Amino acid sequence: MIVKTLSSLGHAIIDSIWRLGVASSFIAKVLTRSSIVLRRPQLLVDEIHFAGVLSMVIIVVSGLFVGLVLGLQGYETLKRYGSTGAVGTLVALSLVRELGPVVSALLFASRAGSAITAEIGIMKTTEQLSAMEMMAVDPHARVISPMFWGGFISMPLLAAIFSAFGILGGYLITVVVIGVDGGAFWSQMQASVDFYHDILNGVIKSVVFGFAVSSIAVFEGYSAVPTAEGVSRAVTRTVVTSALAVLALDFVLTAFMFTGGV
Amino acid sequence: MQRARVDLWVGLFVALGLLALLFLALKAGNVDSMFKSEGYQIHAEFDNIGGLKAKAPVKSAGVVVGRVESVSFSNESLRAIVSARIDEEFKFPKDSSLSILTAGLLGDQFLGIDPGGDVDNLVDGDRVRITQSAIVLEKVIGQFLYGKMSDSGGN
Repeated sequence: MIVKTLSSLGHAIIDSIWRLGVASSFIAKVLTRSSIVLRRPQLLVDEIHFAGVLSMVIIVVSGLFVGLVLGLQGYETLKRYGSTGAVGTLVALSLVRELGPVVSALLFASRAGSAITAEIGIMKTTEQLSAMEMMAVDPHARVISPMFWGGFISMPLLAAIFSAFGILGGYLITVVVIGVDGGAFWSQMQASVDFYHDILNGVIKSVVFGFAVSSIAVFEGYSAVPTAEGVSRAVTRTVVTSALAVLALDFVLTAFMFTGGV
Repeated sequence: MQRARVDLWVGLFVALGLLALLFLALKAGNVDSMFKSEGYQIHAEFDNIGGLKAKAPVKSAGVVVGRVESVSFSNESLRAIVSARIDEEFKFPKDSSLSILTAGLLGDQFLGIDPGGDVDNLVDGDRVRITQSAIVLEKVIGQFLYGKMSDSGGN
């Protein structure tokens, strides 16, 4: 009994390490084939359309609403201390540092990551990938590499759009609707948001998340069991693993970036 | 035609993303932190700087005229040394005084500069002689309580 439990634990650990190794060598293979996006940029443009443009509506709307809520809640709390002008700082810092990169990465994983996994998984199930190999077309280069780069490039842009619309939403609710002084809103924000420390670190975060979510999505699609059920499981795994990876990476990055600072 | 529409949308998307970044950099962040700030540097010694930090604003008559660059401690005078950079366009007489003030009751601390009456202006690297330390709330409360106790003890 005990021996059986221990051996199944060992099996699970060896299995997960094996998967990690396969995933790393797969991503390395995709990266070494990425010269195709320079030789045939049209493939990359298509994937940016697929991963970025089609995610734009959900990113803009969510950003706007997150900004509206942040503005309202921030105003309600800051009102007690008589410093409602600081609501701009609160909205901008929370969006640029945390919510922009993290929430847009989560939305990106569920909107674009799942679609990438499903597309690759179904191509594998219907043996389109094998057919390409038969015709001496490398599917890593022709299909997967442009998808990876499309997601990787779209993610930081989506995060920036999310933050910008969030700040606009915060401005809309606090200045236009509630009537906080607009000058204080912008000037306090500008006084406390630093270009390198806040904005650039937020962009670095979104780049890291873009890499993580895109690699997870293409790998899960490629390693899906080639059945209808297998593809559906792979899509679920993409969303769950991406969300966990984004949140864990966010903690690590925040610990490095924002502790012991000014 | 389909091709052209995809290209157009991707172009729009990338442009919007870059525009959003630009908006964050210009409107939300202070752009001048990107560049090496111009202006002249002044130093001053304080007995106590309270919670003053680097990047705190320097204000005169309520207007931001510069920023605190660094805060350090001098082993010789055993006092705090504050370096601040004042924008080139603002000129202050040599005998101006610096004081550490608080924005609101619980707000951040900033450096206030009160102009003096000298004919010469402060130039790069000058040391401001007249300084007034931060008011430390604990000390004020302590003095108040101590005063109260001695009052009641005397009566």
